[in-house]
Amino acid sequence: MEEQRLRRTMMFVPGNNPAMVKDAYIYKCDSIMFDLEDSVSFQEKDAARCLVFCALKAVDYGDKELVVRINDPRTEIGQNDIKAMIKAGIQVIRLPKTDSSDDVHFCEEIIEKEEKINKKAIGTTKMMAAIESAQGVLNAPHIALSSKRLIGIALGAEDYCADMRTQRSAEGTELFFARNMILHAARAAGIAAIDTVYSDVNNEEGLLRETKLIKQLGFDGKSVINPRQIEPIMSVFSPSDEEIAKALSIMDAIKEAHKKGSGVISLHGKMIDRPVVLRAQRTLRLAKTENRWLGEIENVD
Amino acid sequence: MLTNNMNGNLPYIEEIEGYCGEYCDKNTQKDNLPFSEKSNKESKVVDSLEEAIRKCGLQDGMTISFHHHFREGDYVLNKVMSVIASMGYKNLTIAASSLMDIDKPLIQHIKNGVVKKIETSGMRGELADEISHGLMSIPVIFRSHGGRAYAIETGKLKIDVAFLGAPSCDPFGNANGYSRDNDTGVTCGSLGYAKTDAQFAKKVIIITDNIVPFPNVPAGIPESDVDYVVKIDAIGDPEGIMKGATRYTKDPKELLIAETASDVIVATGRMIEGFSIQFGSGGAALAVVRFLRERMIKKNIHASFALGGISGQVVQLHEEGLVKKILDVQSFDLEAATSLKNNRFHQQISASYYASPGTTGSAVNQLDFVILSALEVDVNFNVNVLTGSNGVIRGAIGGHCDTAAGAAISIIVCPLTRGRNATIVDHVTTIVTPGKTIDVVVTDQGVAVNPRREDLISSLTNHGIRLTSIDALCQKAKRLVGIPKPVEYTDKIVGFVTYRDGSLIDVIRQVKNE
Amino acid sequence: MEIVNDSSAGTLESSDVMITVTRNFEKGISIELTSPVKQQFGDCIEEVILECTKKLGITDAKIIAVDQGALDCVIKARTLTALYRACNSKSYIWEF
Repeated sequence: MEEQRLRRTMMFVPGNNPAMVKDAYIYKCDSIMFDLEDSVSFQEKDAARCLVFCALKAVDYGDKELVVRINDPRTEIGQNDIKAMIKAGIQVIRLPKTDSSDDVHFCEEIIEKEEKINKKAIGTTKMMAAIESAQGVLNAPHIALSSKRLIGIALGAEDYCADMRTQRSAEGTELFFARNMILHAARAAGIAAIDTVYSDVNNEEGLLRETKLIKQLGFDGKSVINPRQIEPIMSVFSPSDEEIAKALSIMDAIKEAHKKGSGVISLHGKMIDRPVVLRAQRTLRLAKTENRWLGEIENVD
Repeated sequence: MLTNNMNGNLPYIEEIEGYCGEYCDKNTQKDNLPFSEKSNKESKVVDSLEEAIRKCGLQDGMTISFHHHFREGDYVLNKVMSVIASMGYKNLTIAASSLMDIDKPLIQHIKNGVVKKIETSGMRGELADEISHGLMSIPVIFRSHGGRAYAIETGKLKIDVAFLGAPSCDPFGNANGYSRDNDTGVTCGSLGYAKTDAQFAKKVIIITDNIVPFPNVPAGIPESDVDYVVKIDAIGDPEGIMKGATRYTKDPKELLIAETASDVIVATGRMIEGFSIQFGSGGAALAVVRFLRERMIKKNIHASFALGGISGQVVQLHEEGLVKKILDVQSFDLEAATSLKNNRFHQQISASYYASPGTTGSAVNQLDFVILSALEVDVNFNVNVLTGSNGVIRGAIGGHCDTAAGAAISIIVCPLTRGRNATIVDHVTTIVTPGKTIDVVVTDQGVAVNPRREDLISSLTNHGIRLTSIDALCQKAKRLVGIPKPVEYTDKIVGFVTYRDGSLIDVIRQVKNE
Repeated sequence: MEIVNDSSAGTLESSDVMITVTRNFEKGISIELTSPVKQQFGDCIEEVILECTKKLGITDAKIIAVDQGALDCVIKARTLTALYRACNSKSYIWEF
């Protein structure tokens, strides 16, 4: 299985806000999501599209993953969004309110057309599906498998709760089913599962609690609406010192076993098999990106 | 004769210094008044500012001084200047510890010839604008807080009359930046800058709106330094002097910078038990308190003292036991002023004690760390805190060069750009603090260490701090904002920028009109 | 393209620029700029605005720019948006 790109934090940036758009690369998030949809008023959709386009052409966003949330591709606005963003070289197009695999196919057709016009290799532009309704949740397994371009699916809790005729709570009971469906759909399809935004920016404790929960469930990351949320979320997804030490001892055990020519590797009486090794390598990779370990990860059979 | 012992010859009588003959009852005073009435009979209280000014013997061409502890709520300077102007004085030198927006009536006094020369740590607003555009003939002399104290205590800057506002004063001159007797709503906390003026000025007038009973002790300014006390209706606007508590910034960029700076502090390896530090006054420089506190608690480390301009956040550290003592030269908010009044180990110190290069053991010399801001930093680590990128005066030196020189590690915190102005530049518009004394620059887009500090480069790198070069930061800023057209100046000099020892480190020229 | 109505784009927020476009009954592009960095970057800003008019083939317009320290890419975006709006056009050419 190919090692996936890290998507622990995806920072929402309102597309019509020049200060935030031009500064987005400063923060230590894994992905930036420029929003042309719900955070932009109807009259300013054209302005936001143009601003994000010009910024993508001029600003160096480093190695962050660049995502744009377009408007409904069944509208002229959404179609203009796709045209402009592909021209600008966006990496991922996030489809809002995805209810079925038909929605994904409809959008994909437009993307493919634009890639041809712009002489880009077909499939260059990836997609993400945001699931924001009961129907979307129930269709999550199909949605997740509907296109090779999909790199992940995300939960949009605000609209989902409205559709379910309930409200968000601190415990998140109302999201339990949706979270698990999306997570399982993502895992079965081999793509990323991204959790919803935590809107109370001043409540760091609440954010940590929710992030710990979704991490334990198995989510790959969480959406962020304020740069201050990045560090707490990263700390939850960050390996602890003990986990790093354990990963190092696993890699050492493997080296030892290779030296001895042994086929079976064990550490403290436990067998070390492939999933364990992959997890250890992942931990060390994370540690390295955080400057907490300065070694080299060897490839292991 | 009172006794028989004084009979006959008294050899060596002339050895008595101040001998003025034999004792005589007639020459002796005895006061029968009850304490509550004594100050009515005799005190330093004078009926009006005019009278006090006359009694001090103010003449044309003399030097008068003011403190800036009342910040944008100060009424004293304008009130005194309007009285002085109406009395017909001319060609005076104003030696203020700093000047604010609210002091803009000085523009008229300058035009009318009342004021000929100005010495200050900084200036802002219309006054600064006019001076940048050539209002005065003699250049303004900019001094740091330590440099000003040094000049005063060595007699280079001679103050003839000091006009010092105080929220409370007893009839004999014991003055404080708060009141223990009542609550007039006006509080400024420390009178640190005023203390040095009070000590060395030829004549000292305390201006208050609140005369309290003797003894107003503990006193920020002791009566021994004071000549006259004048009561006026209002010395300042509480809103402008201090508004409740200083809030931490919410700006994500400033928080990012502050957190990075805190990581840098820990990575130097010098944040050990008993360390000492001066924090900044706002924005990222103050937010460092928040992040450093977390790290101090985690490592169970306590600071021996915090120094400088003090706000409630630093008081909180002290009250939590994380900082043992506070040396306060300027209180920024009500919490700090209240703590100064009530906490035994929160002490006010004079500008000399704080930062004079002539004082052995001055507080800045005892610092491990100082966190400073900057308008501009250049590739040689020189810092500008005085002029904007358009060449107009808009800030103050404060204790910048003093703390940078005295602290073992000086850390500048600033964004890479502000709007379309680059902070990291090839050459600063005005050099205030020389690069030799600046160790680390922390921006939102990279940390650079002065190549002189190989020890810091080494410890920071070994502790996982990614370093970049100051040149790379400068280039990055250029790529972002573009290359600006250089500012155009005339030949006229409008400001002399002095270093703390009195030497000239830069000049400010008049900006050409657009 | 031709200007058919007055229009504007952008806001007065920090790092933004508000561009207002109206018809110019005298020929040519006239630009009126207010900016806190007018002395240092005024020429540069006007150049960016002018480039935008050329790209869209607009020869006559009155443009008022109230800048709050916007970077070139923001000035470009706001100017293009205002010009397209003023011409009532949606034939966006993403050729920059």
